[in-house]
Amino acid sequence: MNKQMVRYIQENMTEIITNWQEKMRNEKGERSFEVMPAELLDQTSKEFAELMTSNLLESHEAYESRLNDFSEKVVRYGWSITFVTKAINHFGEIVFNGMERDEVINQENLRAFAEEFNKWITPIRDTTIDTYSKIWERTVSLQKIALQELSASLIPVFDKVSVMPLVGTIDTERARLIMENLLEGVVKHRAEVVLLDITGVPVVDTMVAHHIIQAADAVRLVGAKCMLVGIRPEIAQTIVTLGINLNEFTTTSTLQRGVEQALAWTNRKIVEVDEE
Amino acid sequence: MSNQSSVEIQTEWDIVAARQLGRNVAKELGFGTVDQARITTAISELARNIYLYAGQGKIEIQRLTENGINGILIIAADNGPGIPDVRKVMEDGFSTSGGLGAGLPGVKRLMDDFKIETTLGEGTDIRATKWLR
Repeated sequence: MNKQMVRYIQENMTEIITNWQEKMRNEKGERSFEVMPAELLDQTSKEFAELMTSNLLESHEAYESRLNDFSEKVVRYGWSITFVTKAINHFGEIVFNGMERDEVINQENLRAFAEEFNKWITPIRDTTIDTYSKIWERTVSLQKIALQELSASLIPVFDKVSVMPLVGTIDTERARLIMENLLEGVVKHRAEVVLLDITGVPVVDTMVAHHIIQAADAVRLVGAKCMLVGIRPEIAQTIVTLGINLNEFTTTSTLQRGVEQALAWTNRKIVEVDEE
Repeated sequence: MSNQSSVEIQTEWDIVAARQLGRNVAKELGFGTVDQARITTAISELARNIYLYAGQGKIEIQRLTENGINGILIIAADNGPGIPDVRKVMEDGFSTSGGLGAGLPGVKRLMDDFKIETTLGEGTDIRATKWLR
């Protein structure tokens, strides 16, 4: 029965692929197909068809590695998981209907074939979903690590003056990191002034402000001064409207002015040198 | 993505998603950068309240047109414990979580209209509107 299926698929490959592409194109809400160049689409469809038959033909290992390759490719193309499962279902359907039409499947063996199809399609779907979600999980965890790496580092820019540039959204986890790195860095670099640069923070709500105020308080406890720099005009307005009190802070609009202020506090300034 | 108009709040990252959605809609409606910041900050506060106090809920963003004026409506709904004393949470500096206590009164000031309905044990429904002038 397996052999009949394989033979049918191999003999009618072009027709199956054409029908399948047609069907997938008609799927609503999926633009994966439209944005793909025709050549790539043909190649991918062929690969997909090979994948579908490979678990009927090849050894289990060969099939697994093929499946992994394909899933990874599909993730890269940005096909959604629903799209992929639909693709698998449609492929099975087309083959089944085709075999029925060609009377390979008839009233007597219908039941047996249905079971055989089930055995063929279900594992493919399961492993695809499994591989797919594993790939995504890996991507997410890698991105999480990447995000943590650029989270918050204290950079000594002058003697006694350090800067911590904050970029991106501040959540509880990052707020904790900021606090830790800030205090550790202040002690390590013997900083007297720390500039917190929030140019890259998209939204300053009460929680973010709260974390910043707490961090500044902690910095004060270890004997340094904290300055908030990089406050964009629209952020300044929302902070005022929210009613957040930053009166105890020295704040400046840009990092540059903050550095000047920090140098003034430590009795230094930047002067231009006349070249002779 | 662009036609999605609500975000389920379950994790801290959903707050970012809700904010992003609000910012995009506000931008499309033609709000300036200051108003965009106000709207996203308001969404951030409301979404964080859901996350902190109700555990889960939903932020919905709607476009409004009234008398030829466009606006944006933020609906924050949850089935959480509700707010025991609404008047108190609308006071500046009141917080049960050790925060700044500027959240809800802040949102009211950031937006043009602000309505809050809450029932103890059943949940809270907050609607805040900003009109495009």
